[in-house]
Amino acid sequence: MSAALALRGVGKSFGERHVLRPLDLDIPAGQFVSLIGPSGVGKSTLLRLVAGLEPPTAGRIELLSASARPDARLMFQEDRLMPWRSVLRNVTLGLQERDEEARRLLAAVGLAGREADYPVVLSGGQRQRVALARALIHEPDLLLLDEPFGALDAITRAAMQLLLQALLARRPRTVLLVTHDVEEALLLSDRVLLMRDGGIAHDLPITGPRPRHRGDPVLAALKEELLDGLLAAESAR
Amino acid sequence: MSAVLPPLGTDPSAAGPAPAAPGLRRTVIADAPAAGAARPAAGRRARGWLVLPWLVPAGLIGVWHVLAVTGQLSSGVLPGPLDVLRTAWQLALQGTLVHDILVSLRRVALGFLLGSGTGLALGFLVGLSALARGLLDRSLQMVRTIPHLALVPLMILWFGIGEEPRILLVAMGSLFPVYLNTMSGIRNVDPKLVELGRSYGLSPFALVRSVILPGALQPILVGVRYALGVAWLTLVVGETIASRDGIGYMVQNARELLRTDIIVLAIGLYAIAGWLADLLTRLVERRVLRWHPSYAKGASA
Repeated sequence: MSAALALRGVGKSFGERHVLRPLDLDIPAGQFVSLIGPSGVGKSTLLRLVAGLEPPTAGRIELLSASARPDARLMFQEDRLMPWRSVLRNVTLGLQERDEEARRLLAAVGLAGREADYPVVLSGGQRQRVALARALIHEPDLLLLDEPFGALDAITRAAMQLLLQALLARRPRTVLLVTHDVEEALLLSDRVLLMRDGGIAHDLPITGPRPRHRGDPVLAALKEELLDGLLAAESAR
Repeated sequence: MSAVLPPLGTDPSAAGPAPAAPGLRRTVIADAPAAGAARPAAGRRARGWLVLPWLVPAGLIGVWHVLAVTGQLSSGVLPGPLDVLRTAWQLALQGTLVHDILVSLRRVALGFLLGSGTGLALGFLVGLSALARGLLDRSLQMVRTIPHLALVPLMILWFGIGEEPRILLVAMGSLFPVYLNTMSGIRNVDPKLVELGRSYGLSPFALVRSVILPGALQPILVGVRYALGVAWLTLVVGETIASRDGIGYMVQNARELLRTDIIVLAIGLYAIAGWLADLLTRLVERRVLRWHPSYAKGASA
């Protein structure tokens, strides 16, 4: 079901400016990987390259999957819901006769009974739930999350992180998450990549039982380490 | 905890408003009536809003009537509203009124459908394809600046005084409002939504149907409303110049016979037709834009 991702010498530059230096990266199937780093180091660019929204200027990106048409789905910081489509029709965007499944997914993200509503009446957190259901209905081999909870308030964000953990516990997927939030990365990932200056500076495996909790002392120590790394990356700019 | 937070039930405000300290004045900013208290009936207010827009026209007609009845207005200059209604009744009995109205309606409808359909198609083409934009937009913008009524003499020379020149003129008048609004509406659809549609595997056709058309619908409908106005305007001119029937001809004829009552009647008919056309497009707007925050209230009304 899930896919492995392989990047070989993948880079992106606009003219003379290197947004992303050529890099190699292997992500085994089922792994949850977070990309953290200061703004403008190329995290989102890497994600957009993997999603196929932009072509790389160098290198090769491969998705290894057993399914016939391997699929990557990207979820953005903005919900990007179509305001003229009901919640249900947003989830089934581009699909036919998948209403049953869409209803089930909406129930799974806690929005049962809101199918007929238009996005304008939903709160920010509810809209991101719809966007998550819209990504999951495609059963993506690879789930790409570009700061999906970045614009939400702290409580809603915590609820969304719990929801994502629960959904992934039920059905593991390969996930690549871009985030500013070190705690979020530690809570959710198997592996954290710290990006710095258009490349990967640290590759940190995160082990430990799930579901994880914010108060975990091991995570607290890792958080200190990552924050130090981030500060170093920030001051190196 | 209890050192910081007072225990529940000891909320000082629960005992009623605290006495104001000396020298302070109390100002009530809001005080909602208790639940169940009588409130003005929502139905009465809704009916009030239905009546409100008619007050000004009704008042003007009232003043007009009084001026005509008291002889302040000579009937040769401006006949009173009752005279105009009487004329309408006579013309209706002769059958010419209904015939003229139907002829004019047909011309507007055909011309408008032709013009706005072409404008919509061109707007989509130019809005969606960079090639079509490069090829057509400059030329269309140039043609747009020609006042289409300047083509009346040419149209008459080419087509005589048959139906074609009038329908074509109306079509030309309604083409550009729809074209401009469709094109800019499509080009202003949020590129983030278009990108999302693409990355979720929508085919080009599905992308237009599910993302671009709904996203551009509001400006398109504004163009349609505006085009309807231009269509009526064009028809008045077209029918006044060379015609054997229609409301414009009715006016032309009345001018030669010094029948101000018929002229006023025709102006009234144009006003009613314009109002009906606007009403129709607003109903369509409410229906197709019911997801839109500005129209969401209208959906329930």
